Amino acid sequence: MNETLVAIRNLSKSYRRGRQEVPVLENLSLDIARGDFLALMGPSGSGKTTLLNLIGGLDQPSAGEIEIGGERIDRLSSGALAAWRARHVGFVFQFYNLLPVLSAERNVELPLLLTKMGGAERLKRARTALEIVGLKDRARHKPKELSGGQEQRVAIARAIVSDPSLLVCDEPTGDLDRSTADEILTLLQRLNREYGKTIIMVTHDPKAAEFARQTLHLDKGVLVESAAQAA
Amino acid sequence: MKYLPLVLASLLRRKTRTLLTVLSILTAFLLFGLLSAVDVLFNSVNESDSSTTRLVVQSRTSFTQSLPLRMAAELEAVPGVVDVTWQQWFGAQYQTPNSGIFGFAVPPDRWKRMYPEWVLPDAEAQAFVDTRTGIVVGRGMAERFGWSLGDRVPILSDIFPQRDGSKTWEFDIVGIFDGIDEAFQRQTANILFIHFDYFREANQFGSSFAGMYIIRVADADQLETVAAAVDARYLNSDMETKTQTEQAFQLSFARQIGDIGMIVQAILAAVLFTILLLTANTMAQSVRERIPELAVLKTLGFGDLTVLMLVLAEAFALVALGALAGMGIASLVGPGLTTGFGFPPLRMDAVVWMRALVVMAVMTLAVGLLPALRARRLSIVDALAGR
Repeated sequence: MNETLVAIRNLSKSYRRGRQEVPVLENLSLDIARGDFLALMGPSGSGKTTLLNLIGGLDQPSAGEIEIGGERIDRLSSGALAAWRARHVGFVFQFYNLLPVLSAERNVELPLLLTKMGGAERLKRARTALEIVGLKDRARHKPKELSGGQEQRVAIARAIVSDPSLLVCDEPTGDLDRSTADEILTLLQRLNREYGKTIIMVTHDPKAAEFARQTLHLDKGVLVESAAQAA
Repeated sequence: MKYLPLVLASLLRRKTRTLLTVLSILTAFLLFGLLSAVDVLFNSVNESDSSTTRLVVQSRTSFTQSLPLRMAAELEAVPGVVDVTWQQWFGAQYQTPNSGIFGFAVPPDRWKRMYPEWVLPDAEAQAFVDTRTGIVVGRGMAERFGWSLGDRVPILSDIFPQRDGSKTWEFDIVGIFDGIDEAFQRQTANILFIHFDYFREANQFGSSFAGMYIIRVADADQLETVAAAVDARYLNSDMETKTQTEQAFQLSFARQIGDIGMIVQAILAAVLFTILLLTANTMAQSVRERIPELAVLKTLGFGDLTVLMLVLAEAFALVALGALAGMGIASLVGPGLTTGFGFPPLRMDAVVWMRALVVMAVMTLAVGLLPALRARRLSIVDALAGR
């Protein structure tokens, strides 16, 4: 687990609010090893989600470098960044963000539409992903026919279906009860341990952070401490 | 094609709204198809109709201006003319002023020779020749009014009172004719023919005129030259003529109503503009509601151009669904709409379909481009944060 997957150097991000420049991340440097499961914690407004968005290639930094898997994503154009995301990153959101008009398997299939894969192969892979998250028998169900935990499992299946090396999860258990949250976290842990996925998870919940291999704390855009878990 | 389920699923997100929008577009394109066909029809008046060998000779001033009866012999003498008949608009009404009857006074024997499209048993045709108060009526009309052979019916004419001043004429039904095909059969619902000799003797205004002449030429290739020869024959006389094919006459008759082309285009523009606004609103609303979903697609790696094309494809599917259904219905009902009035059938030919396809493409861009550009421009981070 020594190879570095994510290398961040002197990263800064600020937003304009009217005429004011609001700094969110300041001169942040960080290495994340391939196969790590990292929890990012911190108070609201500390820059956790901004950092996650930058690592996931959803946003561009104001300054600094982000190198993931040897590729400088801060230098990519918008189109190239979209293609990079499709190949290398899976996303899991707090509110699942499934398309309500599509069945579970069609939701999971979405990232594969960007590949040259045929329809049958896409569906086969989508069903395999659903099987991994334990929802094989819910493939034809629409999101509104599923519980919150099941919806999040579908979202996780969508995140892993194209076999990305990196999963970024923004409060993946923030909308779930304790027991369902633990099931989801156990699933993420299994993806990390059994499938070697590198996971970066933003959370407010210390119990959720316990499932990660290490936890980083952010405050006012600066890394303040880190802790490695026994897990 | 792989995006088709996604496009269709997006359309079916709000089924009722989509259905209502599709129905509006369907109605617009139904009107578009029919009115375009009318427009094409009216713009093709000058194309000679080679399917018939008949020409209509009317006064150059107006078809309401009568022509002298002596012209019959003169027309028969024009080279290429093989038969001549004439008819006089009678202005017939039965029971109500708007009874929808086209009544003409005709010489029975000539009429029968000139119009083989009207099918009448020989005995009844002969009865029409022999009975001065006789009329022959269309099968459809006889059924409509419950008439049968031998009935005496009162027909009112506002234009031609009798010599005693009475506007009501009494006629004996001596024949009931059918149409030779479906189109002509449909016309039998509102046509009757009166014996010209009786009309000539009994009407208040005299006996030496006819409304217009119908002449038959030997073959269709002669239509143009005979028409020109007839008009040349009466040029600079006190009864200048206008000679045209039967179809051209019918269309120019309808043109008396006004500038059909302009009316048609004005209606079309209004209809399409209204539907454009309605559909554009639907698309804008649909995209606005789905901003977070579009942001998710972008998150997953869908590029700006792909998202733009998805929204445009959705707009196209919405427009195409309604447009093709509307044009399809127009193709089905169009041919039957006009034949009852003696006009050629309204056909959705290649010109009409090409126009429809162009309108579809323009409408797709007009209703889809702005929402598609909005989807293309949206910032993932802002959209996911609900900003």
